[in-house]
This record gives sequence, C-alpha cells and structure tokens, in this order.
Amino acid sequence: MTDHVEVRRGAYRDSVSLMQVSRAVQDSPGVQVALVAMATELNLELLAGMGLTGPGDAGPNDLLIALRADDEAAVDAAVRAMEAALVALSAQRPGSGGFGDEAPARTTRTAAARIEANLAVISVPGRHAFTEAMDALDSGLSVMIFSDNVPVEQEILLKDAAADRNLLVMGPDCGTAALGGLGLGFANVVSPGRVGLVAASGTGAQELMCLLDAAGVGVSHCLGVGGRDLSSAVGGRSTRQALAALDADPGTDLIVVVSKPPAADVADEVRAFAEKLTTPVQFALLGQGRPDLTAVTEEAVRAVDGQVPTWPTWPSTEEQTPRAGALRGLFSGGTLCDEAMVLAASALGPIASNIPLRPEWALPDDLRAGGHVMIDFGDDRLTEGRPHPMIDPSLRLERLAQEAADASVGVVLMDVVLGYGAHEDPATGLAAAIRSARSTATAAGRDLAVVVSLCGTRSDPQGLDRQAATLLDAGASVFLSNAAAARHAVSLVRQEATA
Amino acid sequence: MTDTAPLSGLLSADPRVVTAGAALFADALSAQAAPVEQVDWRPPADGTETALARVMADPRRNEANAKAVERLLSATAQLVDVRPAHEVLGIEKGTFFHAGPPIAWDRTSGPLRGALIGGMLLEGLADTPEEAERLLEKGDGITLDPCHHHRTVGPMAGVVTPSMWMFELEDTEHGGRAWCSINEGLGKVLRYGAYSSEVIERLRFMSDVVGPLLGQAVRKHGAIDIKAIIAQMLQMGDEGHNRNRAGTLMFLREILPDLIELDVPSSQVAECVRFVSGNDHFFLNLDMPACKLATDAARDIPGSTMVVTMARNGTDFGIQTAGTGDTWFTGPAQLADGLFLGSYGPDDANPDIGDSAITETGGIGGFSMAAAPAIVRFVGGAVPDALATTRRMYEITLAESRAYQIPILEFRGAPTGIDVTKVVRTGILPQINTGMAGKVAGTGQVGAGLVTPPAECFAAAIEGLAQLAPPL
Repeated sequence: MTDHVEVRRGAYRDSVSLMQVSRAVQDSPGVQVALVAMATELNLELLAGMGLTGPGDAGPNDLLIALRADDEAAVDAAVRAMEAALVALSAQRPGSGGFGDEAPARTTRTAAARIEANLAVISVPGRHAFTEAMDALDSGLSVMIFSDNVPVEQEILLKDAAADRNLLVMGPDCGTAALGGLGLGFANVVSPGRVGLVAASGTGAQELMCLLDAAGVGVSHCLGVGGRDLSSAVGGRSTRQALAALDADPGTDLIVVVSKPPAADVADEVRAFAEKLTTPVQFALLGQGRPDLTAVTEEAVRAVDGQVPTWPTWPSTEEQTPRAGALRGLFSGGTLCDEAMVLAASALGPIASNIPLRPEWALPDDLRAGGHVMIDFGDDRLTEGRPHPMIDPSLRLERLAQEAADASVGVVLMDVVLGYGAHEDPATGLAAAIRSARSTATAAGRDLAVVVSLCGTRSDPQGLDRQAATLLDAGASVFLSNAAAARHAVSLVRQEATA
Repeated sequence: MTDTAPLSGLLSADPRVVTAGAALFADALSAQAAPVEQVDWRPPADGTETALARVMADPRRNEANAKAVERLLSATAQLVDVRPAHEVLGIEKGTFFHAGPPIAWDRTSGPLRGALIGGMLLEGLADTPEEAERLLEKGDGITLDPCHHHRTVGPMAGVVTPSMWMFELEDTEHGGRAWCSINEGLGKVLRYGAYSSEVIERLRFMSDVVGPLLGQAVRKHGAIDIKAIIAQMLQMGDEGHNRNRAGTLMFLREILPDLIELDVPSSQVAECVRFVSGNDHFFLNLDMPACKLATDAARDIPGSTMVVTMARNGTDFGIQTAGTGDTWFTGPAQLADGLFLGSYGPDDANPDIGDSAITETGGIGGFSMAAAPAIVRFVGGAVPDALATTRRMYEITLAESRAYQIPILEFRGAPTGIDVTKVVRTGILPQINTGMAGKVAGTGQVGAGLVTPPAECFAAAIEGLAQLAPPL
C-alpha cells in the first residue's frame, strides 16, 4: 500500500472539474481512495478522514492531490491518469469551446491544432514563406514549401531547425511530393509500391513516377528536397534526412535520387552517406552526357525486377517529316525543359533559354532570340506574382501563337503535366491553341509540327488517354516519355537548314 | 507516431495536412480524402517581413517565450497592505505618476491635464485650477513620470500623488511587488480628468478613511489572494476590465469581518463599506496590479517576443516586450468605439488612455470578453461578438491561462501572453475594453467601448526585436 500526497501551489480549478478528475483517478487500477481538490478546510478534513495527512501550509488556492493505491506502480498510473484528466479538462481540445462557428485559422499553428496535423504545405509568396514554415516547425509539423523566391540563408535556417526537431523541410520551390498514396502539390496518381524517391526536381519526380507507373512499378514515397538542396550552400541537408527516413521505411526497397548534378563536394558527401544505408540508392543525376529520365526509369524498373515496357506514344495522324525552321520548346516543367535541351543541343547545337545549359546561351530578358529556343515558364522569374503555368497556361499559349507567326519556326515542343494541382483539363485549351497555331502557319504556307510530352498516369483526374486523344486530334504527336518527345522533335528539324 | 522514428514518424503516419497559400492544394488534398485544414492566410503589414523573418529565426525565441509564459502564468498576486504613496513609493510633492508611456506637459491630453490639475489641488500645490495649470505649464518643481517605471499601474489618467493610498501586492513566486491607487468610482472622478471640489473631497475622504481602514483590515486579515478572486470572477460574469462587479463583492466578502472588527467607530466602517460596495469598479484597481505582477515577472528575457506592457497616456499608446527591456514602442492612441453616457457623443471623447490595458496584457479584460456576456451590450456589441473576440485572441497569444478560465468556451484557459510576431503576422490587434474620458480637461467619463492599439506599436516592436536578434 502506497500513499501519495502532493500540493500544487496556485493551480486553481473549480470544484466540479476537480470532481471529474477525482473520478478519473479513482477509476485507475489499484487505487483505493483518491482526492483531487482545492486545499480548502473542508477538503483537508476529508483528507484526514481518509487517513492521509496534507502539508500544513496548503491553502484554498492550492491544488491538493492525495491517493492511496496498492503499490508504487498503481500510484504512478493514477498520477498519469490525473495529469491526462487535467489536460483534457482545460483547452487543448482543438476547435472546442462553446457554441457558434469558429473562425478560420489565421496561422499554421492554429490550423495544425485543429486537426492534429503532421505536415504543412506552404505556398504563400516567397518573402513570407519563412515565417509560416518556421511556425509549422515550431508546431511539430514537417513542411513542404511550394513557394519559390525564398532566400537561401532562410532555407538553411529552416532545414537546420527541422533537423533539430526531427522534422523534414521539403523545398523551397518543391512542386511535388507524395507520402504513401497521398500526392502533395503537383502530383500524379500512381500505384503504391516499393520505390522511394528523393527529388530535388518537381517535374523530374513527376516524369519518373509516371514512367514507373506505366511500367507497373509503384512508389512508396516521394520526398521533395527543393532544387537548391544539393548546392554547396545547402549541402544536401534535406537529402540526407530523406535518405535516412526512406532507408528506415520497411515499405521502400529502392531509393532513387533525382536531381541536377550536385556540387562536387556535396555529391561526394551524399554518395558516402548513401553507401552506408542498407537500402540500395540509385542516383539519377540529370545533365549533358548523363542518362535521361527515361533511361533512369528503365534502370530502376530493372533493379526491382520489373519489365521495361514500350513507352506509350500517340503519333500524329498527319505525317510529320523533317522541315526547315527552328525548334522552339515551351515548357511548364523546368527539368523537362532541361532534359529536352540536353537532347536537342547534342544534335542541333546551341539552344537559347532562360535556364540555359551554358551561360552564353542565355536568352535576353524579353525572351526573344533567333534559332533554337526553349523557355521554362515555371522559372522563378516568370512566376513572381503570377500562377504557375501548370495552373494558368495563358502566357505559354500566347507564346505559341507568336511562334506560329514566326516564319523561322518549324517545330514546337511542349509539355503537358497532369495530376492533382494541375489545370483540370489542360489539353482542351492547348488543343485549340495548337489548331489555331497550325492554321496560322498553314495560311503563311508553312507546316508547323507540334510535339507534346505528356506527363501523367491513367489514374490522374484528367485522364491520360482522354488528354492524349484531344491533343492528337489537334494534330500533335504525343509521347509519355519526355526524352522520346524531345528526340522526335529534334528529328523533325532539317539540320542543314539551321546550321 | 513517436519522436524517435525518423522525421517523427512522417512516413508511417497518415498525413494530416495544413495548407497556407493557394487554395488549389487544399482542394487537391480534399479530393484525395486527406484531412486538411486551410489557413486563412493574409500577408503581414507591408515592410515588416524582413524583421519578422529575423525574429522568427532567432534561436532564442522559443525557449525565451516558454520562460516568459511560465513566469507570467506562475506569478501569484497577494494583497499584503494598503499604504500612502509617499511612504511606499517615495514619491514627493510635485512629482506625478501617470498612465502610459512618458510624456511632457505640452503633449498631454485633456483628461491627463485635468487629473494633473486635480492632483495639484489635492496636494495643496495650487489653490485654483487656473493656478495649477499655470504651474504645470511652467514646470518648475514638477516631474511627470510613468506609473510603469515604478512598478505601479493607474487606470485612465493614472495620476498618483504622494497622499494617495496604494494597494500593495506581492508575487510570492518571484518576489515581485506592484502598486495601484484605490478606485474612486465612476462619473466625475480624477482618473477621467475631473477636478471639481467634489472630486478633491472624495480623494481626501479616501486618504483619510478608506485607505487607512483597508490597510488595517488587510494587515489584520493577512494576505488576500487576488489571483484566486480573478479566477472566480471570470466564472461569475466579470472580465476584469470593464466589469468588476463579482470581483468587488468577493473582495468585500473577504475583508468585511476584519473591517468590522477594527477598533474604529462603526459609522466609519459603514462609510468605508458603502464606498467600496457602491463602486462596481472597485476591484479593477486590484486586478490591474495583479496583472502587472504577472507581466513584470516576465520582463527582461532576451529573445522573448511577448508583450509585457500595453499602456496609454491619452496621446500615445505604448507597448513593451520581454525581449526589449524598458524600450517603449509607441503609436497614436486611438478613439474607442462604443456607447456614450447621457448626451455625450464621439466628438466629446479623448483618445484611449490608461494603464488598465495591463489586464489584457495579462489575459483578462477584452481577452476574456467571452466570460462577460452581461457587458457586451454596454460596450456596443452582442454575445457572439464576445465569443469571437476571445477566440480571435488565441491567434495572437502564446498560452492559455491555467488559473483563468472561460466557462462558455468549455473552461478553456484565457488567451494569455501576446506575441508580437503573431500580431504582426495576422494583423489581429489586441482587443481592449475601455472607458472613455472627455477630451476637455475636467469633463470626466463620457462613455465606454472597445479599442485596439495602433498597428505602429507592433511594427516598431518587431523592428526592435529584430535589431537584437542575431543577423540572418
């Protein structure tokens, strides 16, 4: 038999609430008698009547906790039950409290408490993202930061704060992630499976996931880390955390890291880190002289003993043959644009771009240049104060019309990204624009070839086949593989004419 | 979900997601049947984002705020004595404590001028109001000093002179002391800027009878737990700023036997009791120093963004934070929105004045508005407004009080500990319940209503906090 008497100074509670707490303690196994009450004269007498002695100096504004139980363990359990009952009494019941509607939460902290959240998705303007993300971390949430234009020193601070709290920061500029079957940001609906992704590139991850899905290989999780994570400044802070988490995940058999080539020092560190893991890690580092995303996918499919399929294409019903004129790429996905440029540049030479492969190929600020040009409309500088082109296609469609009117243009290559977060029916608007563009060219006595890289799955809300059919109907050639689309577009450019 | 699992179990738990920003991401999550709560996010005031980020990044912030909150919540408030100001505060004739941040005579508002004139008359420093004003204007031998600089608080004009009797409260947890004058009642009173002969006579009666009797009774009784009375008054329909009826009665109940047993004529006891029970706001001057003790306990904690003072002098509204020492961050005091007495109207009201916003700083008053449905019409609102107000204050506070609870919100703890970062982020300003003084010196009270601090105070405070935070 063990007695426990304690006094908590100045912890006033009303008597009705305390009767509820007393009841909870009495119901705890092994408890013989219990009293949780303010130390009023009456209650001190009750205590004496129970055969227990309280501290002499306890007064009516002190909380008295007294119990007698079978043994130490029963006392401990009873005290825990009391703590729980006390906590349950006051607040911390999210959304609780009286009648009437509760106003919408104004901060991440408040919203998190209402649903006991474990993740925040932040897409506020970049200069405000740090504050909201820090609030999420302070509230015990991992964070996906969709926002771009976040200063790199803020990114580092957030990632260090996250590591301190055993949380993950995905981003900034993280467009895509998936936790279990739940897609976050721009996310395609893929089947569940055993390949885990660590992605420094949003559209790179989407392309990889869509191709894996087409090959019948599912994904466990896709953890975005943001495009700068593997830079020297950030040093792979989130990548290492993501790798360790996927390594510990029993549902992940293979980890694929999708990124542009990291800074050399960071690459060595991350490789050394990956080698210590028990789960195999495949690095898919994109760039000139390296395997493209489709080749990377095929390697992953083989690594999990899958079958590499023939990648779906929807070839144009009208014959597309090599023609004079330049190639113009109009992209919403940065990595897809980059991959297309790598493939095109090796065949066609310089490609001017706002995300150029070489500094000397940079487009001027007005994005105008002769020859081969590819533009990433999702780049930071083009999305400041404007929705992402996967949501609002107007800027890209406007540019398509201009390309159609340009006599020097022969081939247009575009991407269409499906999935949650993206436009609900991108093909219909684009098909109309393609028709209009081609008739503009035809009227000028030219034949404009349009090639589309379609990033999506059959389970996406927009429907892969329906979207492909709509684009096909407008006279485009459609490819699931971005690399295949780029190669096809390059093959339509008659090279001697543009040399 | 365990904390030792990688990423706190992120990969094994079902995602429960908060979204801030584009609504389409929340829609996409809802379409996938995931639990999602969208933040009604709005950008902070323009130009504050850099300072805000720097303060949010301050590695000291969380621990400092936790410490500030713990000190605020654990402070006690015992009434231990009632003594004359010259004795306990060492204040000499010619020195006047006043409400709010520091101010010179030339910028003082009508009600503060009126109260200072009344103070001159009370202390015998002038024979007529005109003479008093002339001497104050001239300034020789006159010192104006904020109450807050002397661990003192004063409602409305908050003028304290040497002969006034002061409640003396002690925080037994941290050893702090705080003082406040005795409340005069409503209408034509000094704190509202009135200085007519009835005002001065009442003050003399308070110094001659009320103060000394209360002092003797308190010493005879032993310390009275003011914090416990506040906790109970919130459950009886008071919010502790504009409604103090239950608190006043409970204080009287506590002190009455000792008053009766004093060795003084029963007529004097009756006068004293009649004075206390005739003033529904008597307890305000006890809950204010109780809140002052709590917020003072949280002062001088480097890195903390918690507000420890909100106070107005009728011209400026000033705040101080735990992380910025004695610096005042000020902006223009605002006009309250509310109801007017008799034929007074908005044109008669002076901007916001008084140290009584210490109640909101401590989590009661406007912050506990939902506890006082009986008062909401008096300040021009409806019951749902009161609930909404208290709920809104949770967005800008760090903690919920363990002692002060709001019955109608299922005994949720009062929103306590204003966080400058949250005010700046949300643009939600602290809600203050207040009386309104006439803007012409000598008028007295003209109404009561609701008011907020000017946003400038918080913009200035976040800058001040950012300057003390490590650079990014």
